[in-house]
Amino acid sequence: MKVLGIETSCDETGVAVYDTEAGLLSHRLHSQIELHAEYGGVVPELASRDHIRRLPLLIRQTLASAALEVGDIDGVAYTAGPGLAGALLVGASVAESFGLAADIPVLPVHHLEGHLLSPLLSADPPAFPFIALLVSGGHTQLMRVAGVGDYTLLGESLDDAAGEAFDKTAKLLGLGYPGGPQLARLAEQGQAGRFRLPRPMLHSHDLDFSFSGLKTAVLNVVSSEAWQPRDAADLAADFQQAVVEVLCAKALAAMKAAGLKTLVVAGGVGANRALRLQLDAATAKRGWRVHYPEPELCTDNGAMIAFAGGLRFAAGERPAQVPAVRVKPRWPLMELRPPQVA
Amino acid sequence: MLSTIHPSDDSGGASVTLTLQDEPDTLALGEIIGRSLEPGLQLWLQGNLGAGKTTLTRGMLRGLGHTQKVKSPTYTLIEPYLVSRLDFYHFDFYRFDSPDEYLDAGLDEYFTGQGVCVVEWPDKASPHLPQPDVEIHLSLVGEGRQATVTAKTATGQACLNRLVEQLNTRGSATRPA
Repeated sequence: MKVLGIETSCDETGVAVYDTEAGLLSHRLHSQIELHAEYGGVVPELASRDHIRRLPLLIRQTLASAALEVGDIDGVAYTAGPGLAGALLVGASVAESFGLAADIPVLPVHHLEGHLLSPLLSADPPAFPFIALLVSGGHTQLMRVAGVGDYTLLGESLDDAAGEAFDKTAKLLGLGYPGGPQLARLAEQGQAGRFRLPRPMLHSHDLDFSFSGLKTAVLNVVSSEAWQPRDAADLAADFQQAVVEVLCAKALAAMKAAGLKTLVVAGGVGANRALRLQLDAATAKRGWRVHYPEPELCTDNGAMIAFAGGLRFAAGERPAQVPAVRVKPRWPLMELRPPQVA
Repeated sequence: MLSTIHPSDDSGGASVTLTLQDEPDTLALGEIIGRSLEPGLQLWLQGNLGAGKTTLTRGMLRGLGHTQKVKSPTYTLIEPYLVSRLDFYHFDFYRFDSPDEYLDAGLDEYFTGQGVCVVEWPDKASPHLPQPDVEIHLSLVGEGRQATVTAKTATGQACLNRLVEQLNTRGSATRPA
């Protein structure tokens, strides 16, 4: 079964086709489009209603690159939440219209379920059950994943997400915004240990996170009279070390508490090299394993939505209601259930 | 300890300036502001990264009886809350490159209703954003913060009066400028 996936929950417009037998056939992000001229100029990155302008061409390109016609698609999956209402509505409208026109079923998909399951798209997929650490610009969560639609939240950030802390700290260090990846590169040139930054909630005896105070600690360093801009690399290294240490400790604590030996890391911060090194080392020592999604699937994308929808379609799930455009800007992941067989 | 350093009613609107020594102080001021709110009130929070805007908002929600998490809305642009007596919308326009993104995101609809709108980085959406009833400036002073609360409209003034009343009954040190 060939499933068209559509992701429009935030900034990124993503489209993909996943075949439940043959795997991922094609996937495209708006940012990968070379032909900006087709839009009549540069399209702002953040304007969520611009998904409207991006989607039709992106769908045509995604189908064309897999040599598919509209008639080849057997089902549509779209991100129904959580996210920005206006942005979600665009994806939902296009998906439902596509389904109505092609007379194929359409399934709403939870954005975070897409992220959680994306490592299953890799060549060496993890087996259920596992612990998932979801770390991105918008989320920092630890979850127990027993199967598709069977998720238990173990802990999450009480304020800023880890990726947001990276981006804002980068700004404080003069690296621009969002500068998380630049901050990580700067940290590689620095030596951690000079600045005593806090390890927020490291000993809180739960699996929650807090990164807002770390940002403030960096602010206090850079606004002190003793601050020298040439120390930025060392401060970046200390900041990164603090975030990585907390993420690592809590992920391992979650695995230990759940008695599980498999960890899945998803979301943009999952691409951070220091985080990967430390997680790999800590788990290897215990004979445990960490799985990461393919680097191109770490950020928001349509492939994970097509895939999550594909798994649900393959399990026999079908739309519960007559076609209608419905989105859930606020949608707790815990409300999800395993695929419902029609 | 929260201390009021100069209530004044000069240029444009009355204002109160407070010294916040630490995060609990910021939360305490937030709680007092939260209890001074009424439906439809619009507040702008000004101040740099790390000045305590989200912490102050967390205090406001706590003052309204919300005990759950208050996450930064930087990525989601808006975090809505339904607290005991009103709709409370927490905005953050930090990521906007152009004020037009405010319109493109359809956020203008929130500002015409009866919900309380608390906005971080309002300048990134100006000139599309309606003028606020209350403006709060947060700035770094040593390791602490200074907060200036200014009333911009008559309803903002009523809110500020309720705030000052609570500060006074709280027995905080009020010194003339």
